[in-house]
Amino acid sequence: MSNEAAGQVLLTHAVGLHARPSVKLTKLAKTFHSSIRLAANPEGPWIDAKSIVKVMGAKLPQGSRLHFHAEGADAPEAVAALIGLVNRDFDEAPADAANG
Amino acid sequence: MPRTVEIRGRSAAPGLAAGPVFTIGMPAGGATRDPAGLTGDDLSAAIAAAAAELAMLAERVEGEGADILSFQVALLEDSALTDPARERIAAGEDAVSAWRATLDGEIDGYRNSDNDYFRARAGDLADLRDRVLGHLLGVPAAAVPAGAVLVGEDITPSRFLAMDWTKGGGIALSAGSPTSHVAILARSRGVPMLIGLGPLDAAGHRTAIVDGEAARLILSPDAAAWAALEAGRAARDERAREESEVLHRPALTADGVPVGVFINVADPDELAGIDPATCDGIGLVRTEFFFHGRGGSPSEEEQLAAYRRIVAWAAGRPVTFRTLDAGGDKPIAGLTIEGESNPFLGTRGIRLSLARPDVFRLQLRALARVAAEGNVKVMLPMVTIPEEIDAAAALLDEALAELGREGVPARRPSLGIMVEVPAVAVEPELFARAAFFSIGSNDLTQYVTAAARDISAVAPLCDPAHPAVIGLIRRVARTGAEIGRDVSLCGDMGGDPAHIPALVRAGLRSVSVAPPFVGRTKLAIAAARTA
Repeated sequence: MSNEAAGQVLLTHAVGLHARPSVKLTKLAKTFHSSIRLAANPEGPWIDAKSIVKVMGAKLPQGSRLHFHAEGADAPEAVAALIGLVNRDFDEAPADAANG
Repeated sequence: MPRTVEIRGRSAAPGLAAGPVFTIGMPAGGATRDPAGLTGDDLSAAIAAAAAELAMLAERVEGEGADILSFQVALLEDSALTDPARERIAAGEDAVSAWRATLDGEIDGYRNSDNDYFRARAGDLADLRDRVLGHLLGVPAAAVPAGAVLVGEDITPSRFLAMDWTKGGGIALSAGSPTSHVAILARSRGVPMLIGLGPLDAAGHRTAIVDGEAARLILSPDAAAWAALEAGRAARDERAREESEVLHRPALTADGVPVGVFINVADPDELAGIDPATCDGIGLVRTEFFFHGRGGSPSEEEQLAAYRRIVAWAAGRPVTFRTLDAGGDKPIAGLTIEGESNPFLGTRGIRLSLARPDVFRLQLRALARVAAEGNVKVMLPMVTIPEEIDAAAALLDEALAELGREGVPARRPSLGIMVEVPAVAVEPELFARAAFFSIGSNDLTQYVTAAARDISAVAPLCDPAHPAVIGLIRRVARTGAEIGRDVSLCGDMGGDPAHIPALVRAGLRSVSVAPPFVGRTKLAIAAARTA
């Protein structure tokens, strides 16, 4: 059974998708069974959201719009979780950042 | 023994060091395995060993260093990196060149980025490439000899922090930056460091001298070079002895006029090991440092914590914080404006802060809060018209009102300005609403002579001893005395003994210098006369 989901979100993090947010994003993506792809453009190129090499290698700057596309049993949950992470600015609230 | 080679560069940290050459990330020597026989499984084992080593190191460091290390571990665990190398091996390539080619492709992608942050990651991938190669070829990883001279393209903060510098040693880089985190750490720990040496081939050289005073690296030093090193050390010890005699006394000119000697700092870590009694306070805190790090602007609490450490160190002595001076030669990804045709004449200093009130507001709140805990002053960089002081003062008052409503302790620090734009130095009396003046001699000289320090063809023109620069300093000092505003100088000129006589004659009665230069500045003042 295949289940598809898609969504998009604006990347507001300073610098863009740099090392720490990229690691968080791919780690979260890996917790889902679905295959998850990510693009800065609806026309692509689409990259594997579970690969830090691809995600960081895309060098997405602040202000990029991130498009997610997931396919699999938990596709809707995966897209919602990833969009949530970006919307929460990768959970880098002051308290968190101070500890990190 | 190979012939003696002398390479000139730039000094990012002063001092002299001599020791065995250790080439960063070049596991060529000491390989215990033949590359020809290495398989894909050997590569997997080497990757796993490198990942384990990095994960262990990550536990020992904090902040940005730890972020980068966990990023490196994640890369090693990603099959998108290892699969292409395995495919190359399956196609008949040996494991060493397959891994090298795969990583070099990725590294090029980062190196060609137009974003500073992503470009800097090329070094992290190069470090990864070399760590894995070291394991693959069976080169022991922790083979850095005590007191070694580290030679390479660049050095990561984690590598610097993993070294034991108490046994001496130095750093010589073909690239590098004087404003990098490592350069700041090297200066505060007294590790001589050279940058910008250009393409370096240390192969075959076993010993080297890092001369941070004359900005040169000597590979395989000959008898004359060793003798010069000894003479340099003897001279340094003699200087240190002379300086130690004046270090704890207030500076007085030969004709008995007191001159304040303050220090410039960027990172609270720099203050470790400095006795506050050797200076009159901190004349410049460069706050840009806090905005680099993890790529985002620091929170109010993070800034406050760092500012507090500095104010606590000063123990009641005045501390002058400069608000964020980004832009020009100090870009901050995500904050400064990229692609300006001439960043030195663009949105930098107070211009940027006023354009980004969201960022500026947090800094003013943190500064107003730390002002309640010590003798804190705040100065604005790159002021060009008096209205910029008014705009900043209004934002400061707003921040104070907010803090008051929230019941958070705060105090209004006195608000002064940097004098570095010629428009201010020519007519300083128009800026009387500033509580004090601090002359930024580096930028003032660049703007007055229209010559950049870092363009070697015109650098000789960028001379702070130019009579026009001295004349402007005299004008600011005189105006300050007339209208009752303290005048100091916090550029490199103040720490250069050659300029002290002219500055004292121009009427300057306060300078702020890099911490290692306090002693020599006090000695130069003692020899100078006001007229």
